[in-house]
Amino acid sequence: MILHVKFDFNAICRKVLETKLLEHDIKHKIIGFGEVELLEKISEEKLKNLTEAFNGYHIEIIENQKGVLVQKIKDVITNMIFNDDITINIKTSDYLKDTLGHSYGYLSNLFSEITYTSIENFIIIQKIEYTKQLIVNEDLSLTEIAFKLNYSSVAHLSTQFKNTTGITPSAFQRVITKRRELSQGQTK
Amino acid sequence: MQEDYINIILADDDDDDRLFFTDAFDELKITTRVKTFEDGVYLMDYLNAENTLLPNVLFLDLNMPRKSGMECLKEIKQNSKFNDIAIAIYSTSASEEDIENTFVMGANIYIKKPSDFKILKKVLSEVVTINWQYHTNGLNKDNFLLRL
Repeated sequence: MILHVKFDFNAICRKVLETKLLEHDIKHKIIGFGEVELLEKISEEKLKNLTEAFNGYHIEIIENQKGVLVQKIKDVITNMIFNDDITINIKTSDYLKDTLGHSYGYLSNLFSEITYTSIENFIIIQKIEYTKQLIVNEDLSLTEIAFKLNYSSVAHLSTQFKNTTGITPSAFQRVITKRRELSQGQTK
Repeated sequence: MQEDYINIILADDDDDDRLFFTDAFDELKITTRVKTFEDGVYLMDYLNAENTLLPNVLFLDLNMPRKSGMECLKEIKQNSKFNDIAIAIYSTSASEEDIENTFVMGANIYIKKPSDFKILKKVLSEVVTINWQYHTNGLNKDNFLLRL
């Protein structure tokens, strides 16, 4: 039997952070966008233990300022894409500038320097990943997905999918379906 | 805190192809460590050994003596120890059906070997960059399919 599950990544991350911080008995406030304020001074050893506990969940404490800002850019973008309500009528560059308080040129250069890719490219990758997730988990049609993600047409989404992944959305769906059949065949 | 280099392995029986491959990576902006093997048997011996440093991306030639790329792919997919490795099929050519079949078998990337060195560099750079996005952004690797 296979259960199909749907995740709310934000809620999961928050829950993990909270659980781990409580386990280590640290007074804190979770600010969101990847920030946690510690409400007390903690010892080196406590911090080391917390870091290890976080690492178990692939949560990383970012130490340098550039890394922090890049992570914020990523969080703002993914939040824009995954929450359908805020995407309408706002240009991403303006939204980033207003949210993070730096010029878009500065953010854009910093992003490319640290991540080996551009903000524009990152947005496309994230949108295509979201599309894949919707195809696989929610069984939405490409028309529905194009509408949900604010593409001007299905053709535009379809072309971007093909350009990014090298395969068509229907080929992608075929592969995933066959993989599932294969793994079900093995566990029977 | 981030790893400074990306570990790459190529298994290919063609001497020239191995040379082009390592040369291409030497010239890329992203720092990589590249290791190569002459066939599938050497490759699997290395991967299965204890304390082996597993690659971030593994490039497999399909036609190799002793053990083919497809056989390696099957073995790798059956061992959960290798779950984090992105697998790239690196082949001279194949039919649409073959390509889709390697994806179904668990490959993440399919690359048709370019004959031009410049294009090779571009293609490999793209593979490593996209893999890096999956690695650093927690994207779902089950959905990682790329054809170049």
